[in-house]
Amino acid sequence: MTEAKKTTIVLFSGDYDKAMAAYIIANGAAAYDHEVTIFHTFWGLNALRKPEKQSVAKGKLEAMFAKIMPRGAERMGLSNMNFLGLGPKLIKKVMKKHNAVPLPELIDMAREQDVRLIGCTMTMDLLGLDEKELRDDIEYAGVAAYLGEASEGNVNLFI
Amino acid sequence: MEPNTTIDAKGLACPQPILKTKKAIKDMESGEVLELHATDKGAQSDVTAWAKAGGHELLDHTEDNGVYTFWIQKG
Repeated sequence: MTEAKKTTIVLFSGDYDKAMAAYIIANGAAAYDHEVTIFHTFWGLNALRKPEKQSVAKGKLEAMFAKIMPRGAERMGLSNMNFLGLGPKLIKKVMKKHNAVPLPELIDMAREQDVRLIGCTMTMDLLGLDEKELRDDIEYAGVAAYLGEASEGNVNLFI
Repeated sequence: MEPNTTIDAKGLACPQPILKTKKAIKDMESGEVLELHATDKGAQSDVTAWAKAGGHELLDHTEDNGVYTFWIQKG
């Protein structure tokens, strides 16, 4: 076969529904035998957070950020009709009915298909997120690594 | 058509039918036939596009009462 095609996705959003779209495309692209990379920046980093509290020494501001932001994909809100947290509960119910895969499982599925998950280190610093708070199976990089991949990308998305 | 492998993806939503198909095809030999059952309405376009991109041949497909059946020959 010819050289594998590449798909890159920048996940900027920390919304459950947008992240779901990103991960469905990532899984689909992996099924297309693309080399897939998802760069998580800003609020998108929350999708990579471990659900359990991690003990990390932080400044006051960073500790506040960590507290306000959702700890992991399961706790993320919707971009629309969030209704103070009721929206995600409703949509998860509907998803179950339609046999759609919940976001945390989509992320695991992506890893099983060798999709590379990357945390943007600059925004990790801004939001005060430590490597210990994020999944263990991810990589870390900056804009140059993203551009390196994206300039060879056949599909490049910003979500 | 006698398939070498059969996959039941009935009731599963996108992207699961394609992921299951991809997994199954990976373990098959070139020329072997996979039979896939799905109920996702997008499956028809999905399977057709995916097979074409991967160099596999969609030999035939039918629809019966909302159940789509595909026969894909590994390329």
